[in-house]
Amino acid sequence: MPDAPIAVAMSGGVDSSTVAALLVRQGHAVVGLTMQLWNQRRLPELSTEGAAGRCCSLDDVYDARRVAEQIGIPYYVVNFERQFEEQVVKPFVEEYLAGRTPVPCTLCNNYIKFERFLEMADAVGARQIATGHYARVRYDAGTERYQLLRAVDRSKDQTYFLFGLKQEQLARTLFPLGEMTKPEVRGLASGMNLAVAAKGDSQEICFVPNGDYAAFLSAYLKETGVEPARTRGAIVTADGRRLGEHEGVHHFTVGQRRGLGVATGEPLYVISTEPDTQRVIVGSSDDLLRARFFAREVNWISIGPPAAPARAQVKIRNKHEAAGATLRPTQTPARVEVIFDEPQRAVTPGQGAVFYDGDLVLGGGWIE
Amino acid sequence: MQRFYFDHNATTPVDPEVLEVAVACLGQVYGNASSIHYFGQGAKQRLEAARRQIASLIHSSPAELVFTSGGTESDNMAVLGVARAAAHANGRHVITTAIEHPAVISSCQELEREGVAVTRLRPGSNGIVSPDDVRRALRPTTVLVSVMHANNELGTIQPIPEIARITREAGVPLHVDGVQALGKIPVDVESLGVDLYSMSGHKLYAPKGVGALFVRKGTKLAPIAFGGHHERDRRPGTENVPGAAAFGAAAEMASRGLADEGERLGALRDRLEKTVLDRIPGAGINGARWNRTPNTSNLYFDGIDGEALVIALDLRGFAVSTGAACSSGALTPSHVLTALGLTAERARASMRFSLGRSNTAAQVDALVEALEASVAHLRRISVNA
Repeated sequence: MPDAPIAVAMSGGVDSSTVAALLVRQGHAVVGLTMQLWNQRRLPELSTEGAAGRCCSLDDVYDARRVAEQIGIPYYVVNFERQFEEQVVKPFVEEYLAGRTPVPCTLCNNYIKFERFLEMADAVGARQIATGHYARVRYDAGTERYQLLRAVDRSKDQTYFLFGLKQEQLARTLFPLGEMTKPEVRGLASGMNLAVAAKGDSQEICFVPNGDYAAFLSAYLKETGVEPARTRGAIVTADGRRLGEHEGVHHFTVGQRRGLGVATGEPLYVISTEPDTQRVIVGSSDDLLRARFFAREVNWISIGPPAAPARAQVKIRNKHEAAGATLRPTQTPARVEVIFDEPQRAVTPGQGAVFYDGDLVLGGGWIE
Repeated sequence: MQRFYFDHNATTPVDPEVLEVAVACLGQVYGNASSIHYFGQGAKQRLEAARRQIASLIHSSPAELVFTSGGTESDNMAVLGVARAAAHANGRHVITTAIEHPAVISSCQELEREGVAVTRLRPGSNGIVSPDDVRRALRPTTVLVSVMHANNELGTIQPIPEIARITREAGVPLHVDGVQALGKIPVDVESLGVDLYSMSGHKLYAPKGVGALFVRKGTKLAPIAFGGHHERDRRPGTENVPGAAAFGAAAEMASRGLADEGERLGALRDRLEKTVLDRIPGAGINGARWNRTPNTSNLYFDGIDGEALVIALDLRGFAVSTGAACSSGALTPSHVLTALGLTAERARASMRFSLGRSNTAAQVDALVEALEASVAHLRRISVNA
């Protein structure tokens, strides 16, 4: 073989297609790989009517193959359905049943895109991988660490989902879109006449049609023959007033306002869920405010584990504006207490907490 | 990069001699074989000549051959057609195996949806189904037995004559999917004793899109497609005369060269297996070593992800396969290897090499060299991972 190629993870969307085309234009040898993650024939009862950008649909594979043909690179579909189910879908379902609100995209990045995919890249002789993520990587000689930085296009920044990346993974990863805005990427794609230049953006959780995760959970549990132990329960206020009934804690997420089915004078929000008692605790908007929480399984990226309290801006969900906080190490390794300067709304167990210093991603962990 | 093709069980290149027949026919013989006039008669003559050529390859009467669009249609026509034509007051039952081609598997699933009971026999670890199992599975309501002749992934040859003796005795029609046997081993529908036999052109150096089904005279067959009176009312649709002519030419070439080519490919296959087993540790043969089509070898390389190996070899210019490809082109563990009792891990570590006319000893040696390097590389990185 000639030079070791770069393996590009091609989803069939405009971002990863542009990445592949750019690398070819820069003179690199490129192999295109599409990860087949989920069998769309499963769970036929879920309506996919009008669902944009379902993952791993035949249409996406068709598009990726067409781009690969256009830019003249070898292209293969690799099947990671088994690993995806074990490491992303099952944990996703279990987290919801345990009353938490999971982030499957982070799990997918940690275990599939930057682990299994890297292995496959190795296998086919590629030393580096490139993806269409909006993020930046750079090597810092001073700290001898690979640093992760937010994308230049803040509205597209995906570092929230990348906090699990390890140094050896970052060392081999290219994010060619990190310096670009989405309109620039679309401009490049149409400039290079890529067949997918005008294709719509994909949805957030690729295997859940139309974002209806509750319907996905029911269908998945039915297919796998697992009955959640007991799902019905009471909707109560913090002081124990019973306001109504619900069909299962997995239908609720912290901060949720709609769909409670109880009418009171003031707007009610889900404050927490208790899978053990199947209670959903509701309260006012102010009851959602939290000043501190613990993050577990913290992964440090741009800096090593700090020995003393450190300052950071902390983001507690993808759409959250990172807020000033102090990170306090605990006795347990990789467990950090986050103390906000100002209390934040809806600190949600199961979501990621990502620590920033400006554009720099210091690290992140899971909210307990 | 030089590219070598070791995937002849997936499909074969059209032989130059066959191509010439196909192109000439496509260009000149444009009549509708059902038409009364000169042009139609010319087409009909080509069609019937092709039918005689294929009949001669399988020792049938030409009248017992129906042209189809390929192996899948032939299998559908046979399985659905026989089962649907059979009326039974107490329900119907079909016997097949767990290692059939998806065309038979899915047809049987369709029958299940129609209320037919289906028994799927598992082969031994050698990839061969036992005739005694067929006998034991027979019920008074059994209306069809469908067993493939040679398996596409292993090359293993099923004991069709023994099975046929049992089905005949029981008065049950026997369908055999012969797609992977035709052109590789001698096929004689009389000595095999089969009632229906599926064939596909592109597995023996004819183009895609043409196949045939042998239907023994007197076999009741319900139609699966509806239209005109073509093919003795068995398969409606204007005949694909150039396809049939090419298939006929390919069949004649196969009859001429079968013994010599079989011997040559068998020697190449043995060379491949011997050098692989000598040089690559943790490698072995899946299924029986004997009773195989001479061109097929299914090997495992422990600790290897077969999907990665296929890609790595393709990037080096060698086309091989792990088994049946799914609709998106991605690969799932083979149902055939799983049916042999292989662990999912070993099934995923397995590769199919299928040789053909273009392959030479030098190519086989180059393949083994690439295999040795790729397997070593994959094992190195999986140790690190």
